[in-house]
Amino acid sequence: MGQSRPQPGDVIDGFRLDTLVHRGPMSTLWRVSRPGREGGAPLVMKIPSLAEGEDVSAIVGFELEQMILPRLSGPHVPRFVAAGDFDETPHLVMEWIEGESLQAILAREGKLAPERVAAIGVAAARALQDLHRQHVIHLDLKPANILLRPNGDVTFIDFGLSRHDELPDLLAEESDAPMGTSPYISPEQVLGVRTEPKSDHFALGAVLYELTTGRQPFGDPQRKAGMMRRLWRDPLPPRAIEPSCPPWLQEAILRCLAVEPARLYGSAAQLAFALSNPEQAPLGPNAAKLRQDGFWTVLRRRLRAPKRSDFQSRRVSADLDAAAIVVAAVDLAGGVDELAARVRVQAGRAVEGEPGARLACVTVLKTALLSLEETAGDQGRSAYVQRLVELKDWARELALPADKVSYHVLEAVDPAAALIDYVSKNQVDHLVLGARGSSALRRYLGSVSSEVVAKAPCTVTVVRLRAPDTGG
Amino acid sequence: MSIALFSDVHGNREAFTACLADARRRGVARFVLLGDYVGYGADPAWVVETVAELVGQGAFAVLGNHDAGVETPDPGMNPVATFALNWTREQLSPAHLGFLRSLPLSSLDEGRLYVHANGWAPGDWGYVTSSVEAERSIRSVQQRWTFCGHTHVPMLYHMAPHRPPGEFEPLPNKPVPLAASRRWLAVMGSVGQPRDGNPAACYGLLRRDPLELTMVRVPYDADEAARKILAAGLPESLARRLKTGR
Repeated sequence: MGQSRPQPGDVIDGFRLDTLVHRGPMSTLWRVSRPGREGGAPLVMKIPSLAEGEDVSAIVGFELEQMILPRLSGPHVPRFVAAGDFDETPHLVMEWIEGESLQAILAREGKLAPERVAAIGVAAARALQDLHRQHVIHLDLKPANILLRPNGDVTFIDFGLSRHDELPDLLAEESDAPMGTSPYISPEQVLGVRTEPKSDHFALGAVLYELTTGRQPFGDPQRKAGMMRRLWRDPLPPRAIEPSCPPWLQEAILRCLAVEPARLYGSAAQLAFALSNPEQAPLGPNAAKLRQDGFWTVLRRRLRAPKRSDFQSRRVSADLDAAAIVVAAVDLAGGVDELAARVRVQAGRAVEGEPGARLACVTVLKTALLSLEETAGDQGRSAYVQRLVELKDWARELALPADKVSYHVLEAVDPAAALIDYVSKNQVDHLVLGARGSSALRRYLGSVSSEVVAKAPCTVTVVRLRAPDTGG
Repeated sequence: MSIALFSDVHGNREAFTACLADARRRGVARFVLLGDYVGYGADPAWVVETVAELVGQGAFAVLGNHDAGVETPDPGMNPVATFALNWTREQLSPAHLGFLRSLPLSSLDEGRLYVHANGWAPGDWGYVTSSVEAERSIRSVQQRWTFCGHTHVPMLYHMAPHRPPGEFEPLPNKPVPLAASRRWLAVMGSVGQPRDGNPAACYGLLRRDPLELTMVRVPYDADEAARKILAAGLPESLARRLKTGR
């Protein structure tokens, strides 16, 4: 394919090339426009370098991106606009993302305050959950591929190494050499595994590490042997480099970078949950440590290091199902009544048998609109604490281990709106809540449960006590 | 315009009826028949007539080894298949046989090759069951896309220039783009006797711009098809396998 070099002003398939944005070894990126279409919204065109002798993974990567991008949607990926005929000028046109890459932010600021790292971590983990829900593992997350939109949303770009679990993996046959970017590539990717969603957690952990400390956790080794070290050698704890890093942030970062599957987060949503509810995250030995593991621990890990065959190929969606976030919403204003007890039974069933599932127990403390100031004082604080204690007591019977359960008292004027907001923000998979009777007054006023059922973006189980048998 | 590709109907009227109805419901107006209309199932005459009618309306149809075997017995065929073919022969009229005899071994359609078994020697009936045979088939034809059947197990093979072949087990009802950047060999599952563990009938649905292939699975009344096989005095194993898809 001896295409001549595109020039500014050229028109390809109706798109006018405006400015060259980036020229890389694999492709060039142009800012383009299509007069009269998309309301004049700016677009970007990617043109692969397909000349003879080019790296074959550049071509396959382009094929992959052309296959995967049209199937993705939502704010966390660039919107696909058009693809060029492979026999003419192969290209890919997508939405121009207004925003800055984490690479640009790092270059300017060196490192970021822990609160900003956590906020970016939450946004990136939410974006990742959304991507995994769409059957795609990115497999090349790095600061240059993570864009921060002005509203704080994260968008991932460059799907040239990605894997869609319902489509052929065009890179599967390519090579045993690690495919990815050295500082961020996961241990299993170094081994050639391309089916592990947690590879993206690892890369994100490495990015958060770099944002916190200004350093890459495993350096930038250029050979496979150097990249292999991350299978057993843990990085220097972030707090040893940046003392302002709070223990819970270190816990989250090191957990993403763990090699043992059991220590990793079950899903990106669980990582987002941990980063946005730091007071609830149970702290393990990682949280406080200031030194790397000792010689014997590392040696033991090295001897037990996983092999490629230890990773089973499976569907991303199966992983997400096994790591569901379940919310039990219980009304404790009248103590633990029969309905609250039934909600507990159903919530227990929703998480049992799924070792990766997490239960968040939620209750709403209703605040009257006019007395906000009053409840904000000591009295309000004690009502909050009292309700939290009651919630924990309610959940005690479920006997769930501390790392599987969390407790949240939401203070709100409108309980239904508060619950809907909570399950949306936390990417909850399943909400269990109780409904009180179905009296005419309730139908007239509208119940919390019916509003939640109508608007919550997840599965909702409504628990209702059986109405007394009226005979007849 | 979408294209439906049917392979290995094998005299199964119930499965073929269900697949044709499903394809028409999806707006398919163009049909490709990839051979083995007869053998195993209890309704060979009806299936041949239906195929002939589709061909009369412009459908592509190629010859399968069981179709050829009705008049020219293949000594390599297993005893159950031979028994079923002997029975089938008695069900078909000279007109049916004449139609089968008229079918080509391969057809070309806008850069797509249709064959029953493989691309390297369509009349030798060699199976494509691994990427080794897939590579042989892909290399021996000019076309970018080859569509076949014969194995009763849906499978996709693909090759980029100067690269080793890749293989992919397509998921039921999930479209897969067949990008023009590489060459493809798509093996359809079977309409009338699936053997991939899923007893639902299988056919290929091809959509264009961009080219996407879906292995559509259609549940059908396999109990009735099995009952007719037994009633016709055909081997019991032929009835049983319809219910397990093995």
